[in-house]
Amino acid sequence: MNRAMLDLWVGIFVVAGIGALMFLALKVGSMNTVDAKESYQVTALFENIGGLKARAPVKSAGVVVGRVSSISFDDKTYEAEVTFSLDKRYSFPTDTTASILTSGLLGEQYIGLEAGGESVKLKNGDRLKLTQSAVVLENLIGQFLYSKAQEGPQQEGTTNEVQ
Amino acid sequence: MSTIVRSIAGIGRRTLEGISRMGYATRFFIAALMRSGTAFRRFGLTIREIYFSGVLSLIIILVSGLFVGMVLALQGYETLQTYGSEEVLGVLVALSLVRELGPVVAALLFASRAGSAITAEIGLMKATEQLAAMEMMAVDPVARVVAPRFWAGVISMPLLAALFSAMGILGGYLVGVVLIGVDEGSFWSQMQAKVDFEEDILNGVIKSVVFGIAVTAIALFEGYDAPPTAEGVSGATTRTVVTSSLAILALDFVLTAFMFRGIS
Repeated sequence: MNRAMLDLWVGIFVVAGIGALMFLALKVGSMNTVDAKESYQVTALFENIGGLKARAPVKSAGVVVGRVSSISFDDKTYEAEVTFSLDKRYSFPTDTTASILTSGLLGEQYIGLEAGGESVKLKNGDRLKLTQSAVVLENLIGQFLYSKAQEGPQQEGTTNEVQ
Repeated sequence: MSTIVRSIAGIGRRTLEGISRMGYATRFFIAALMRSGTAFRRFGLTIREIYFSGVLSLIIILVSGLFVGMVLALQGYETLQTYGSEEVLGVLVALSLVRELGPVVAALLFASRAGSAITAEIGLMKATEQLAAMEMMAVDPVARVVAPRFWAGVISMPLLAALFSAMGILGGYLVGVVLIGVDEGSFWSQMQAKVDFEEDILNGVIKSVVFGIAVTAIALFEGYDAPPTAEGVSGATTRTVVTSSLAILALDFVLTAFMFRGIS
């Protein structure tokens, strides 16, 4: 095998290898993570964040507009403080509602933003005032059972009155 | 009484031998790194070795990758279907390949395809006194023979692992989407949503670089250290495959424990 053929084969090998890496990076993985300088930070307090994790997506109308950057506990209000970075391209009014939602029945949790009617836009470091906590299945079942238990005697009462 | 003393002495001798062999291996590895200048100044030498250990491993890597991906898709579909979540098949195939199977299986194949060849070649060079002849001609065998092979292995391994993963994902696509009929859009979009460039792909590349260093260093040392007989070379070749396979799996556990500790 002469030198030129050797160089050619190794060249093909290296190009194919880098091509495979590019394929993995662009087609398989997502490189469109929000850059630190291309985004602004917004915080929100939630009563309960359920299973929300750092790096979970922030969506508005189903479009990913940012990511959760950190989650901490505020021991003054006893609430969870969630900081998330939003893409600079999208601006939201200050009365935007942030709610923790679940994609599908058993899917991952994400933050859903719903814009309000205010004309003042959110800036870096702002805090959202309107939040809606995650739905915890146990609480939901508990509430359901509680309301059922309350309903039971009431219905008997009403039928009694009719009688 | 004397048998007990002799057996204890035997344990001591084997321990000392093992430690001195490890010390010798470390010194050999450092010497190979220190005298790597030639491998880069005369890059033609390294390119020749990339051809022998990288390009000639392509067939086995590509074919194995394709079949591993196809099997993953078949098995994954069987299980996911029970929960009605076939559309995450792409995520399953891509994450298992990029994080684990790509680097590990490619490194195991590389150890048995290229590592054994390196050991046999250097062992035979030693047995036929070619290395001694080089030293007589004032050519440093570590710089001329060992270092180019080492760097060729380190360069080839991540490329081979990336090709393995890419072929595996194509295999998974062939079986999952073309053959079984999982929705093509959700196959790719779920994959893109769940596979992260830094956490998954870059960590896989780091793994494969570490495996490349380990496999090539073991193969080179075993060849250089082989007794200069036919039996010695065959024993060294076997040891290369066994030791580097075990090293790959052990290193993989350690690296995985460090890399994916905090992720969900």
